[in-house]
Amino acid sequence: MLFGPQAWLALFHDWRIFAGGLGQTVVASLLGLVLALILGTLLGVLGVTPVRPLRWVNRVYVEFFQNTPLVTQMFFYYYGLPRLGIVLPVLAVGVIGLGVYTGAYIAEIVRAGIQSIHRGQLEAAYSQGFTYGQAMRHIVLPQAFRIIMPPLTNQFVNLIKNSSVLSLIAGYDIMYQADAWSSYNLLYGVAYLTAALLYLALTLPTAYLARRLERRMQSTWGAAT
Amino acid sequence: MTLKGFADLFRPENVRFLGYGLLTTLEMAVLVILMSFAFGLVLAVARYSGDRYRHRRAGRVIGTLAFGYIEAIRNLPMLLIMLATYLLSKQPALRSAVIGMTIFTSAVMAEIIRGGLISIDRGQWEAATAQGFSYRQILQLIVLPQALRRMIPPIVSQFITVVKDTAFAWALGVEEITGKGTIIFAKYVNPMETFLVIAVVYFVINYSLGQAARALEKKLAIRSY
Repeated sequence: MLFGPQAWLALFHDWRIFAGGLGQTVVASLLGLVLALILGTLLGVLGVTPVRPLRWVNRVYVEFFQNTPLVTQMFFYYYGLPRLGIVLPVLAVGVIGLGVYTGAYIAEIVRAGIQSIHRGQLEAAYSQGFTYGQAMRHIVLPQAFRIIMPPLTNQFVNLIKNSSVLSLIAGYDIMYQADAWSSYNLLYGVAYLTAALLYLALTLPTAYLARRLERRMQSTWGAAT
Repeated sequence: MTLKGFADLFRPENVRFLGYGLLTTLEMAVLVILMSFAFGLVLAVARYSGDRYRHRRAGRVIGTLAFGYIEAIRNLPMLLIMLATYLLSKQPALRSAVIGMTIFTSAVMAEIIRGGLISIDRGQWEAATAQGFSYRQILQLIVLPQALRRMIPPIVSQFITVVKDTAFAWALGVEEITGKGTIIFAKYVNPMETFLVIAVVYFVINYSLGQAARALEKKLAIRSY
């Protein structure tokens, strides 16, 4: 039907379109990850501070952005920001949307990771004269970071998959190029198969890395104490 | 964001318009949740049993098929699977959206349930075998109930994700609530107000689901004195 040799010839003729989409997806995912890590770490640490209002900030951020769809958030930024006079390129809007959304999940991971570090570490640090801030920076956070690598990598896989939302706001990612190209010549089969293979090429290695890290966690650290 | 923006949004005709969208959203979500839980259960048992029976050819075949399906599907964006289902089958938009979402979510659900199955202590299996239970009876009466109870948080978390992901159906032309939002804001030029309110609707639904899950967990917890 739509998988014949002519279809594949047409696709290879236009390979640059799909390559461009792949590049856009990769860039959006990486930049989104950076923003998500920054937001997530900041807000995750806020979730364990002794200051209650700061903990509420963490709760509100996490609960709101985890319980609302990425699509709706993206539309809010894409259609709403220009109303405030902020006109950004579509990649920037995409990165903001992906970063804030994924940041909520990373904030939870960071918070859980910090809380999994035994209180004894903190108390031993105090006994050695560290302040709370110093103890966090030199003792607790480095250990927490190592523990949360597997779920963080998992979130990166989710981020790559979620980058497909860019196609709904003309973001020129893999999904958008597949949509646009195939709606022009109706060769849906090869277009979406190629898109699927491109996504798998990104997600499968990352997922594999996540599994490897998880296994290493279990063998070298045992139960995190 | 202005007061007029909200006033326009809450006019009776718009509220009814959005209400229909909400009904569609909920309808899709419920269908997908029920079907993906059923299929996910079958897939999880297939993959798990395939591992257990890898000394038998039937076991290896079924296990590899389940493994292939799960890994190929869950590492792809759900939007891709939904669009591919819509464009490659001749089904109307709503049906394809539901089918596509079910295909994806069953793969994810299968991994969650399988994680629960694996976490059940070997002793349960051995004691049951010693009492003369068959493989099917062990799964049905002893292991699955415990596994499912253990996995309530991630399973409900996936249900919440399903509710959020119904927003992608707009790309197929389904009139769910986020899609209705794009129509409304185009008329009244109030994108931020519209999407904020829609986001709050999702939030109320999903947060309640999360709270219900916590209550269910508490109710089903086995008390250890």
